[in-house]
Amino acid sequence: MSTAAIVAVVKRDCPTCVLVEPVLQDLVARGVVSTIHREDDDAGLEASWHLGIETVPTLLRGDERIVGWSRPQWEEFTGVSGLGEGLPEHRPGCGSRTVEPALSEELAVRFSGSKLRSRRVELAELEDDAEAFYDRGWTDGLPVVAPTEARVLRMLGGTTRAPDEVVAVVPPDLVECTVEKVAVNAVLAGCRPEYLPVVLATVEAACTETFNIHGLLATTYFSGPVVIVNGPIARAIGMNSGVNALGQGNRANATIGRALQLVIRNVGGGRPGGVDRATLGNPGKYTFCFAEDEEGSPWEPLSVERGVAEGASAVTLFAGEGPRGVVDQASRTPESLARSFAGALRAVAHPKLPLAFDAFMVVSPEHARVFREGGWSKARLREELLALLTIDGAELVRGAGGCDEGLPEALGGAAWPKFRPDGLWFVHAGGTAGMFSAIIGGWINGETGSEPVTKEVVA
Amino acid sequence: MTRVVLDPTGERSPSARQRVERPTSLDGRTIGLLDISKARGDKFLDRLAQLLEERGLRVARFRKPTFAKVAPVDLKHQISTTCDVVIEALAD
Repeated sequence: MSTAAIVAVVKRDCPTCVLVEPVLQDLVARGVVSTIHREDDDAGLEASWHLGIETVPTLLRGDERIVGWSRPQWEEFTGVSGLGEGLPEHRPGCGSRTVEPALSEELAVRFSGSKLRSRRVELAELEDDAEAFYDRGWTDGLPVVAPTEARVLRMLGGTTRAPDEVVAVVPPDLVECTVEKVAVNAVLAGCRPEYLPVVLATVEAACTETFNIHGLLATTYFSGPVVIVNGPIARAIGMNSGVNALGQGNRANATIGRALQLVIRNVGGGRPGGVDRATLGNPGKYTFCFAEDEEGSPWEPLSVERGVAEGASAVTLFAGEGPRGVVDQASRTPESLARSFAGALRAVAHPKLPLAFDAFMVVSPEHARVFREGGWSKARLREELLALLTIDGAELVRGAGGCDEGLPEALGGAAWPKFRPDGLWFVHAGGTAGMFSAIIGGWINGETGSEPVTKEVVA
Repeated sequence: MTRVVLDPTGERSPSARQRVERPTSLDGRTIGLLDISKARGDKFLDRLAQLLEERGLRVARFRKPTFAKVAPVDLKHQISTTCDVVIEALAD
């Protein structure tokens, strides 16, 4: 037996605690138990919360603890024999008040909220919450969820990463952004805690030199970050890769993309009319996030093609504009369907401008079926499209076709591919009915603009 | 009831930075001309350089690798240490 003092934790409405009360008093009188924390008062509740008590009664000595009532166990733990005369041998304990569903979050705020480092903003009594957030410039134009301490703590429960870990340095203001700050903005955006790992990976990917979110934000072009999610997490958090995959109505799709935009806006300071100089922008700059339908796809997932292990979850970011539709309800061979794709892809940015812009194609199940039945891999489709889209320079030069836009006259002698070899990507998504696919046109590609970035999602 | 929320912003308390005073004259100063690599920006700057040099002023030319990204740190440093004033050309 150790001589170190024992601490007990009890609550009033636990019959076992009531049963052992005389035993505890006896142990206090003997100097074996030094303290009894009672969860019925605030001090006792706080002590219990900090001790991580789940069951009462609990006896603790350092790291050792026993729960409930068991005469032999208590006698061994305390080194006192003949305890609790007349009591039954065993009685199980009850749940601690600190783990009651309604109370646990409130206690987390009361007792651990101070660990959060974000500035506290007190809303005035007469202020309407939603209006207060608009007034402070925290929203993208749609209402946001109030980032209370309880909600932020709950959000942080979605990751094992420490709240003070720096996730990224966010442009344009180049502000160090912690897991906590991402969580605050994820709350604003309407995310559930289980989305947080995806949001964190998305923010990390966006703030790489390669992705160049600063340039993407500042450009007068339409584009913004497009987030494509692969792997088991997409299904686990209920993302939509099927009917209306690029549209509204799915919380994870909607709020993950939005959380990224709010981080750029709030943490990075990037706002429309400020550093964001888009001439027109596009509605995807509220949010543009969807999952790939891997199960129904004839092809390997995008993440695997981009080097992530099969079965791992990942996000891929692309600097894209809004989706444009490609209709082909007649083609039953890959050769024919590829020609439809090529015709539509030629118009990305401008039919006479080659090489500067990449594109992502979202291929729907009914179009994918044509490629599956025809035995075309993604690589084959890409290769065929690049060949179909190699265009005689005479068609592309300024003035050709009566249009002044195009390549300089001197480049007219050669043939030019519309896309660079790694400038065309395919993702499988969409409802099972409809022979429609979508093209998401890119922004300036390569070193001088933005490259797609893939980042694995970690818990 | 008082509600407390967490600030979602970068919490940059803007310490008001003082602007460098505008020079009253360009005499004896080096004027940096920064081409941000937008189409025809160079033409605009060529003309400016010509006009400034006609007045006997010293001109130094700089070029960003791409308009789509902020200027490299080294370039910003070079401009700030060699020039007194800078004219940046935004053209299309």
